[in-house]
Amino acid sequence: MAELNTGDSGGGKGGKVRSKKQNSKVDLTAMVDLAFLLITFFMLTTSLSKPQAMSLGLPDKDPKDKTEDMKVDENRTMTVLLGGGDKMYFYMGLINNPMAPKLIAYGKDGIRKELIKRKKDVAAYTAAKGKPEQGMIVIIKPGKKSNYKNVVDILDEMAISSIPTYTIVNDFLPEEQKLLEGK
Amino acid sequence: MAKIKMKKKSTSTDMTAMCDVAFLLLTFFILTATAKVPEALPVDTPASTVQTKLPESDLATLTVGKKDGKDRVFFDLKGRDVRKRTLELMGDKFGVTFSEEDKEKFALMTDFGVPIQNLKQILDMKASDRVKADQPGIPMDSLNNQVKEWVYNARIANNEFNNAKGSKQELQIAIKGDAKEEYPVIKKVMDILQDQHINSFSLVTGLRGKDF
Repeated sequence: MAELNTGDSGGGKGGKVRSKKQNSKVDLTAMVDLAFLLITFFMLTTSLSKPQAMSLGLPDKDPKDKTEDMKVDENRTMTVLLGGGDKMYFYMGLINNPMAPKLIAYGKDGIRKELIKRKKDVAAYTAAKGKPEQGMIVIIKPGKKSNYKNVVDILDEMAISSIPTYTIVNDFLPEEQKLLEGK
Repeated sequence: MAKIKMKKKSTSTDMTAMCDVAFLLLTFFILTATAKVPEALPVDTPASTVQTKLPESDLATLTVGKKDGKDRVFFDLKGRDVRKRTLELMGDKFGVTFSEEDKEKFALMTDFGVPIQNLKQILDMKASDRVKADQPGIPMDSLNNQVKEWVYNARIANNEFNNAKGSKQELQIAIKGDAKEEYPVIKKVMDILQDQHINSFSLVTGLRGKDF
């Protein structure tokens, strides 16, 4: 370093033998580098290691206070069927009316596009009826062969497209059963 | 003509203070970090874009995974005192007595997946052996539904401690399922929770971006 004084001072004959003055400054750059590297590592690992979780609320299913099935405008509903082998079908309204169940892919080019489009359609429909606070209702029906990843994926899509109302239903219509098992 | 000499400034700065602060922070982060305990049943959780974190206390985790082609459910609970009390309640219920030492060990371990009758053997093992031990999972068939009892008693124990503190915080339940696990198995676990009127719970997921 610049302050290092190493020159032999004088060296006069007969002078006292002086002990050499050692420079007390140490280069701390490397140590500080290392310390900050470790700080960064520990900071990131402590906050990133906490697991994420999505919360899921299901309707109460106590048989005691079973209420009459609520009538829902079928123009607002979309039913999503989850099958084995990462297959997914959806239909609007009632089955085969107005549309037959259609195979659709997971991800942003498949279900997400459709959800956003349908959500707009439903919003336009309810606004025309004078009830703009009612949004789309998505009914998720995971089949017996679907896996947990499919369920989380579709719930995630609901969160991404901010669908106001969605639920998981485990009853299947005969047509739906056939569709999920037949292929 | 004499040239005007530029004063040479020293490039080195005093880093002592910076070094002090850096090490202070480093010490803090090292001490607050908790070592990761190996899980008895490793599962590969599915990813989602949700960024909510799980709470640090008042939490029970049900791990659902498949090992050797068999579906297994493991149970984990946060909080040492709550764990001890839960074990006491479970011991009373199933007529298994646990010594004070057993309870202490149970308070310190993490998730387990054995019927309560075999829990003692797991408690007597070393932490490293517990992971290697082939834990069969907690039974959850309709005749011998121990998963239900564990959740139920954990809620009682948690409420006892929270009421003593004057807080109304209920025990939260998280399901940590393997991505490849079939839905009917997960549904069975959800049904156990719903039978106890737990209609809202968390699903543990990994993290991913929105562009998938």
